[in-house]
Amino acid sequence: MRRFFRWRRHRHDPLVCREFVELVTDYLDGTLPEEERARFDAHLAECDGCRGYLEDMRRLVGSLRELPEPPPDPATREALTRAFRDLR
Amino acid sequence: MEDDRALLERLHAGDENAFEALVTQHHGSLRRVARTFVRTDAAADDVVQETWLGVLRGLADFEGRSSLRTWIFRILVNRARTRAARDARSLPFSALETDEGPAVDPTAFGADGRWSSAPARLDGDPETGLLSAELRRHLQQAIEGLSPDQRAVITLRDLVGLEAGEVCDLLELSDANQRVLLHRARARVRTALLPLVEVTR
Repeated sequence: MRRFFRWRRHRHDPLVCREFVELVTDYLDGTLPEEERARFDAHLAECDGCRGYLEDMRRLVGSLRELPEPPPDPATREALTRAFRDLR
Repeated sequence: MEDDRALLERLHAGDENAFEALVTQHHGSLRRVARTFVRTDAAADDVVQETWLGVLRGLADFEGRSSLRTWIFRILVNRARTRAARDARSLPFSALETDEGPAVDPTAFGADGRWSSAPARLDGDPETGLLSAELRRHLQQAIEGLSPDQRAVITLRDLVGLEAGEVCDLLELSDANQRVLLHRARARVRTALLPLVEVTR
């Protein structure tokens, strides 16, 4: 099915949603080649579903960045500070 | 890197506050990354402890050719690999996994390749622009459900915030593999959150 799909479509055809979602990571990293980026933007402008998908992935990535990190426990922290002091 | 220089000067001068700040800043991330290589929290704690001792030993000779953070994570990955090999219980970390499934369940699309109905949205928090607090509570669990290599990549890229190139270096991945692993990892995390979303169709 995939193979058929690939064979049937051409590089210059407008993107469809199924292709769009596979390009989102490269898009967010700014690594899409110029031509693909233009097809991506064109699809984005006309597709509410994909706009929502992209927005969700942005939210997801932003939220991962903000995941709280548990601080080191006081004993570990103190042991490390002591080791640092002992360096000198 | 500019901040690094000031921090390094303080560290080289023996400023304990600077060191404690460094530990506070990175300890949690180091632990998360260590945990992607070894199977237990206890082993991850050992690895992080060894990493900090490695940092202390290397600090005097560290010249800032990479960022301090990259240097610390390189020490961590080396220690974690050694530990994982010694325990011989870690899952093999390799790009051999064929990881080519689509980002979205193919049944979401019609024969024309377009969404058959509007895709479910992840609830957002309008104030922060992030996911809702409810969804954020489930992120950790979603990450733990990933394969070890996906987990390592998404942790370093998205949780720690390293650049793609840094992650390729650290994990000895090709650029293409790094991209595929990150892409699949994010898509799987999204999929894991979907059952928590109220579907309005």
